[in-house]
Amino acid sequence: MISWLARRVAVSAFLIFVLLSAVFFIVRLAPGDPMDQVVEENLGPDDRELIRRQMGLDESLPSQYLHWLAASSRGDFGTSLSQQRSVGHIIGEALPATLLLTVTAYLLHLLLALGAAVAMVARPGRSLDHWIQGVGLTLYSLPAFWLGLMMIMLLSGKLGWFPAGGMHAPDSRYLDWWPWLVDLAHHLVLPVATLALGSFIGTARYLRTSLADVLGQDYILAARARGLSERRILFRHALRNALLPMITLLGLSLPFLLGGAVVVEVVFGWPGMGRVAIEAIWARDYPVIMATTLVSAVTVVAGSLLADILYRWADPRVRHTERESA
Amino acid sequence: MKPGTSSDLSTSGDRWWTDPRLRPGLVITLGLGLLALLAPVIAPGDPAALGSAADRLAAPSGSHLLGTDLLGRDVLSRLVHGSRVSLLVGWVSVLVAVLLGTAVGLAAGMGPRWVDRFLMNTTDVFLAFPRIFLILLLVSLTTPSLLLVMTVLGLTGWMGVARLVRAEALSLRERDFVAAARGLGLSSWRVATGHVLPNLLPTIIVAATLRVGSAILAESFLSFLGLGAQEPTVSWGSMIQQGRGYLLDGWWLATFPGLAIALTVLGYNLLGEGLRRRLDPRGGREGRDE
Repeated sequence: MISWLARRVAVSAFLIFVLLSAVFFIVRLAPGDPMDQVVEENLGPDDRELIRRQMGLDESLPSQYLHWLAASSRGDFGTSLSQQRSVGHIIGEALPATLLLTVTAYLLHLLLALGAAVAMVARPGRSLDHWIQGVGLTLYSLPAFWLGLMMIMLLSGKLGWFPAGGMHAPDSRYLDWWPWLVDLAHHLVLPVATLALGSFIGTARYLRTSLADVLGQDYILAARARGLSERRILFRHALRNALLPMITLLGLSLPFLLGGAVVVEVVFGWPGMGRVAIEAIWARDYPVIMATTLVSAVTVVAGSLLADILYRWADPRVRHTERESA
Repeated sequence: MKPGTSSDLSTSGDRWWTDPRLRPGLVITLGLGLLALLAPVIAPGDPAALGSAADRLAAPSGSHLLGTDLLGRDVLSRLVHGSRVSLLVGWVSVLVAVLLGTAVGLAAGMGPRWVDRFLMNTTDVFLAFPRIFLILLLVSLTTPSLLLVMTVLGLTGWMGVARLVRAEALSLRERDFVAAARGLGLSSWRVATGHVLPNLLPTIIVAATLRVGSAILAESFLSFLGLGAQEPTVSWGSMIQQGRGYLLDGWWLATFPGLAIALTVLGYNLLGEGLRRRLDPRGGREGRDE
C-alpha cells in the first residue's frame, strides 16, 4: 500500500509538472502581450522596455522558464502583471470564495441526489421514478449560465427575493457577524442552486443503481423475513452500503464542480478562482495563469488520488486486480 | 446485469420506435437537423435584417412571434439560423474527439505495453485539468472563430473516449475470435482495425452521441463569453449574451435561445441514452466525464 501510494503521488506530481510546463510555453508563445493591458497611455518605447525588464519579460524563454521553476519551487508565484499585487494574495482571496461556493453546492447536490435516488428506488419503474429521471435529465441539459440568468431574471429581477450577484452587500463591512453571515448566505442561494440543480441527476442515477443492487441482496431478504419495515430496511440497511461507492465519486466530481464554478462565477459575479482565471487569461497575466493552473490541477489530481485511495481502502479486492489496470 | 437495475426499464417492446427515450430523442434531433439544413426556407425573415426604430426590442407579437432584439432583428429568424452553428460545432468537435480518442484508445489497448503506458499517462495529463480552463486558455489565445472552437473542443474532449475504447479493446483482445485472427497470421494492425474496431463501433457511436450535447453546451458558453461565433454569424450563445443586459425589459432575448439550447441538448442526451440501452447493454457505467 505504501509503495503503491508513493508511486501514485510521484506520478501525480510529475503529471502536474508536465502540465504546468506545457501551459508555461503555450501562453508565452501565443499572440498577445501582457504589456497591452498593463501599460498606461503616453508611455514611450523606452518606458515599455523598462517595465518589460522589471517583469522579466525581456529574457529568453528558456531562462524565463528556469527562473519560474526556481521561484515556484520556493513557493513564490511572483507578482501579478495586471494588478500590482502578489499572486499568492490574489489566490488567497479567491480560493476561499470558490471553496465556499463549490462545497455548499456539492452538499446540496448530494442531498438532492440522495433524495431523488431514494424516491426513485422506492418504486422502480413507476411514474415518480420516470418523472424524476425526466426532470433530472432536463435540468442536466440546460446551459448552466442560462439557468443562472433565468434565476436572476425571475427570482432577483421580477420577485426581488435574492441579490442578482456578488458575494456581499455593498455595506456588508459594517454589519455585525450574524447579519453578515445571513447576507452571505442570501448571496449564496442562487449560485449554489444553479450549480447543484444542473448536476445532481448524475449522482442520483449512480446511487439509484447501487441502491437497487444492494436491495437485491440476500441480507435485505433476511431483513424482510425478520419483518422489518421497508422504510427501516431502506434507510438502516441498504443506504449505508449503497453509499460506500459514493466516496470514490466524490473525488472524481471535483473537476466537474470546478468547471461548473467557472460558469457560475461569471454569471453571478462571484469573486472566485474561475473569474480570476478568466481575467488572467484575457490580460495575459502569466504569473496568475500559472498559479490558477497549478491550483486547479492540484485539486483535480488530489481528488482522483483520494478517490483511488478510498476505493482501495473500501474494497480490498481492487488491490489484487490492480495489475491489469495499472 | 442483475434484475432491478436501471437497464431493464425498457424491456417492453423491442422496437426502437416504442422506446421512451429513443423516440423523443430521434424526433428532436432529426427535426433540428432539418431545421438547420432548411434554415433559410423555414425562417420567417432575414436574421440580419434591421428593423425600423419602432421595431426595436419589440415583445413577442403576431408580426414577430418571438419578438425583436435591440437592432430590430427578428428573434425567431435568428433562432432558426442559430441552430446551424450549434449543430455544426457539436458534430464536428465530437467527430474530432472521437477519431482521436478511438485512435489513442485502440493503440493503447492493442499495442505493446510501453505504448499503452505512454498513451494512458498522456491521457491522464489532459484529464488532470478542469476541461473548461483548458478550453478557455486555448480559445482565448488567438482571434476567436468557430473553427478554433471546434478544434479546441475536439482536442480537449477525446480522453473519455480513449479510456472507453482502451478498456473495451483490452477485453476484446482476450476473446477467441481475436486469437483466431492472430493465429491466421494477421498483423496487429489488421487485427486491431479489421477485427477489434468493428466490434467497438456500438460503444463509439453511443459515446459520440452522448458527447454532442455537452459540446453544444460548451460552444454556447464560449459564444456567451464572446469567444465563439462572431457577428454576423448567429449563435444561440451570443444571442443570450446580447439579451443579458435586458433581462427585465426584453425577457424574450435571453429566454428563447436558452430554451433552444436546452431542447437540442436534451434531444441528443435522450438519443444517446436510448442508443446506449439498445447497443451497449453492459455500458451503464459511463456517466458525465468533464
